[in-house]
Amino acid sequence: MEFEPVIGLEVHAQLRSDSKIFCSCSTQFGAGPNTHTCPVCLGMPGVLPILNRKVVEFTIKMALATHCRINRENSFARKNYFYPDLPKGYQISQYAYPLAEAGGIEVEGDENRKCIGITRIHMEEDAGKLIHDEHFPASYVDLNRTGVPLIEIVSEPDIRSAEEAAAYLRRIHEILVYLEICDGNMEEGSFRCDANVSLRPRGQEEFGTRAELKNMNSFRNVQRALEYEIKRQQYVLEAGGEVIQETRLWDDAQGVTISMRGKEEAHDYRYFPDPDLVTIVISDAWIEEIRGTMPELPLEKRERFLRDYQIPPYDAGVLTASRALADYYEEVVRLCGQPKVASNWVMGDILRFLKEDKRDIRDCPIPAASLAEMIRLIEDGAISGKMAKEVSEEMYRTGKPPQTVITEKGLVQITDAGALAAVIAEIMAANPTQLAQYRGGKDKLFGFFVGQVMKATQGKANPQLINDLLKKMLP
Amino acid sequence: MKITRAEVAHVAHLARLTFGEEEMDKFTSQLNDILLYMEKLNSVDTTGVEPMTHATVLHNAFREDAVKPSLSNEQSLANAPDPRGEFFRVPKVIE
Repeated sequence: MEFEPVIGLEVHAQLRSDSKIFCSCSTQFGAGPNTHTCPVCLGMPGVLPILNRKVVEFTIKMALATHCRINRENSFARKNYFYPDLPKGYQISQYAYPLAEAGGIEVEGDENRKCIGITRIHMEEDAGKLIHDEHFPASYVDLNRTGVPLIEIVSEPDIRSAEEAAAYLRRIHEILVYLEICDGNMEEGSFRCDANVSLRPRGQEEFGTRAELKNMNSFRNVQRALEYEIKRQQYVLEAGGEVIQETRLWDDAQGVTISMRGKEEAHDYRYFPDPDLVTIVISDAWIEEIRGTMPELPLEKRERFLRDYQIPPYDAGVLTASRALADYYEEVVRLCGQPKVASNWVMGDILRFLKEDKRDIRDCPIPAASLAEMIRLIEDGAISGKMAKEVSEEMYRTGKPPQTVITEKGLVQITDAGALAAVIAEIMAANPTQLAQYRGGKDKLFGFFVGQVMKATQGKANPQLINDLLKKMLP
Repeated sequence: MKITRAEVAHVAHLARLTFGEEEMDKFTSQLNDILLYMEKLNSVDTTGVEPMTHATVLHNAFREDAVKPSLSNEQSLANAPDPRGEFFRVPKVIE
């Protein structure tokens, strides 16, 4: 029997506010344990949480970017459970009245572009961090992360393959980073994902029993975990067994999902409205004000690049991967007027240099203006493409503008036809055998003469000019 | 009965509370009385009334996104029964 996977994803994204969601402690990652803590986030009795306005604004931004309906009135609820990373004994979250519902985004699906629905986006607070002692039955608690703002983005079960899931996640990630509301750092846990996956016989309407996958900390792992889980469920079903509704952890080292059965209790969170936090009322004026601050989103940008710059879709995809990279590219194009050449340099040399150094485009030592100037110098024939490679490397190393590098390295291209013709004449005189063979019909020797001229001029001669002159002088 | 003894036991377990047999009887009966009393609210006609989560009309109590100094590590741990180094220490939990 052929089975169809049904996948829904839950993304938790940390918002890039400076302070926590309900208190004024810093959200900065990497501080000493329990130093970004106060009576509110430590869960002391008698304190009152006060909502950070920016958290609401950031969530509205994400809601707008994902075409959600914004609930003009929404509110917080308490999700009750005991765990040592949760000092109050409840997490403040949104339950019955989330900020946003019923949206969706377009992703490149298995066959073509498709819309993945978004069920809801709600605000909540993050929990603390536990470090387990390897040798002693104790855990150590760091509450710096407690109260860091999160949004949870829940997708509809519209995803039909592991690849589609990865594509959806990349889109969500990209939008969050473009909006500058989440740093998207998966290693530091700023962007986390859980997946619900089930199989059903193809053509069947109702869903099968689902498993929930956790602990996948990269796009690749999400895809691998889903691929594994789809296969596992398929074997179970084909053998006549039943999939159990349970939580399974992805084990990266072994490449398998492992059941958490037995350790899990039935969840009963007893949600109720949090009396400490008043209702959030969002006016149309507020939404419009925020809409006015929205940047161009990745998909729109990609389409504009295709239209305005006439570059291939692949180039547009790479160049719009981040806002900073897209801005850099656009600045280079604006200054040199050559979209495809600029794309080749940015995607080729610039990204390679940056990747080797694990540097961000924002820290690129070559300003966009320098790269544009270098492209113009190639176009003008002042330097060859080959020289430009050397120039770009030196510019990257030193941050100097192209003219300075060219002068310092003596990299001026010989474009004086008279001088070059003299060089060619000398070479012809010095290689009478090859010349005779060439004239006797051995066309391949043309390359030999090009090489000789390049050698004699230390690569400084304009290749086009060499070709033209040789074609004229050799016969 | 608005609540069964089994439900009381379940709620007690979720709250990590342990009660004796007598207490269980007493709390079941008391909770039942409370719920019966609250039941009276159901007699009010709420047709056309939007559900509300708060009794106050106050809304949008926000703070600006500004960092203020936190407690020191020592202060944060001051009430902890079993701190170790810079951390709170708790019995090992692995989900």
